[in-house]
Amino acid sequence: MTETPSFNNISFTYDSQQRKSPAVEELLDIIRYRDLIYQLIRRDIVARYKRSVLGILWTMLQPLGIMIVLTIVFSSLFGGAREYPAYLLSGLIAWTFFAQTTTASIHQSVWGGALMRRINVPYTVFSVSSVGTGVVNLILSLVPLFLILLITKRPITWAVFFLPIPLLFLTAFALGIGLMLSSLAVRFPDISEMYQIIIQAWMYITPIMYPETIIPESYRRWVLHLNPMYYLINMFRTPIFEGRLPSLNIIIIGAVISLVTLTIGWIYFSHQADKFAYIA
Amino acid sequence: MNPVIILDNICVRYRAPEAKFGTFKEYAIQLLKRKVKFKEFNALSNINLQVNEGEILGIIGRNGAGKSTLLKVISRVLVPTEGRVRIRGRVSPLLELGAGFHPELTGLENIFLNGTLLGHTRREIESRLAEIIEFAELSSFIDSPLRTYSSGMVARLGFSVSTTWQPEILILDEILSVGDEAFRNKCKVRMATYRDAGSTTLLVTHDSSTVETLCARAVWLDHGEIKAIGPASEVVNMYRQSQ
Repeated sequence: MTETPSFNNISFTYDSQQRKSPAVEELLDIIRYRDLIYQLIRRDIVARYKRSVLGILWTMLQPLGIMIVLTIVFSSLFGGAREYPAYLLSGLIAWTFFAQTTTASIHQSVWGGALMRRINVPYTVFSVSSVGTGVVNLILSLVPLFLILLITKRPITWAVFFLPIPLLFLTAFALGIGLMLSSLAVRFPDISEMYQIIIQAWMYITPIMYPETIIPESYRRWVLHLNPMYYLINMFRTPIFEGRLPSLNIIIIGAVISLVTLTIGWIYFSHQADKFAYIA
Repeated sequence: MNPVIILDNICVRYRAPEAKFGTFKEYAIQLLKRKVKFKEFNALSNINLQVNEGEILGIIGRNGAGKSTLLKVISRVLVPTEGRVRIRGRVSPLLELGAGFHPELTGLENIFLNGTLLGHTRREIESRLAEIIEFAELSSFIDSPLRTYSSGMVARLGFSVSTTWQPEILILDEILSVGDEAFRNKCKVRMATYRDAGSTTLLVTHDSSTVETLCARAVWLDHGEIKAIGPASEVVNMYRQSQ
């Protein structure tokens, strides 16, 4: 075999030995493929409702229905029928966003994995678009939420304009967790089954259906303060339910947790991404 | 000599656990006990190859010889375990017709979905939209959901989207079994046009006579290694004799 000339003078569009760090490369790819992300989000939303009569209304009716059921069951236990619906719904919407996007991220990545063995796409698009779909759904479900606030005569204050901030952190956290789980799920498909149990348990230890005050003082440290979703739900709920800004403590801890989670998830995932195509 | 593809000592090594672990739990336990034995399998080993601009290179070999793996390395689906890949220009996608289509979306919506999957922007797709629809011969069905299409229609749409943009490197992977005779001929004409317009072409096939007629140079892959490389007629002869 003769030595191949080096061809250093030619600029190649792709050189497997001169790549940027995976996390940076993935980030640049995501920006380049932004139109694909838009198309995937659109597909998720359009395809989901295409054959149903009420269509996109379901995104708003679903949380309402769950809220009505839970209000009937729990309102006498946890506060009056006046306060409970708004309390429940504000927490439930944030939680549903997290649970749905992380689950969707796993499923999309497994679906995308099959696709990725045939064409070259940045792998993170599937998680990013899952979270994007979740954001659209969450914004739609704000409509029934504000409807309930009006009906139950809860005051709506300027604090609601703070909502984009907790939404941003929720998105970052969900994406980070989604990426970590997806990179595992590509290798072990039963992660997705396991996660359904975890998310169920996680929901019950997070104060969504019940007020945090019913947790005994001695447990709070473990159940609340080590639970990232406690901060994020609190940050989202306070402006809606109490009409004021969340405490600075909650904001800072929530911000740090979600940004760290996203960074770790992104770096871990993009370092694994080259290996995904090897997993048949 | 103006290389568009350079492969240096490419190895693609699959590393599979010897026993199949169905669940994460099982795997974790075995891994902790250090009982996981890995079986290594070289899908490609020591591939050195240079393809020059405008060349038509035939790739022959039996099933499982590593042809598809080689194409995956060139189209950047697979990063090789070892070695260096250098590519100049856009590589046409491996044509898995209709991969990524969604049955509930209309033909039009699927064009955008598939087009962006292939790395095109929305604007690029919009500017070629009429051409894509016309080539697929689907003008009157383009607003119907894909689930109402026949398999031939889906294949035509897939082919049309993925070949509308002329790539610098064209991969032909025994695709021309699409649709009816007339559409097949149309596909062949389009491929020939790209070839003549200077796209470097990789032709992958079982049919060694096609390679003989179309290619100047050919590679024979066997068990993940290059068994022979050189003028197409010589390589094809060697390949035939081995059968």
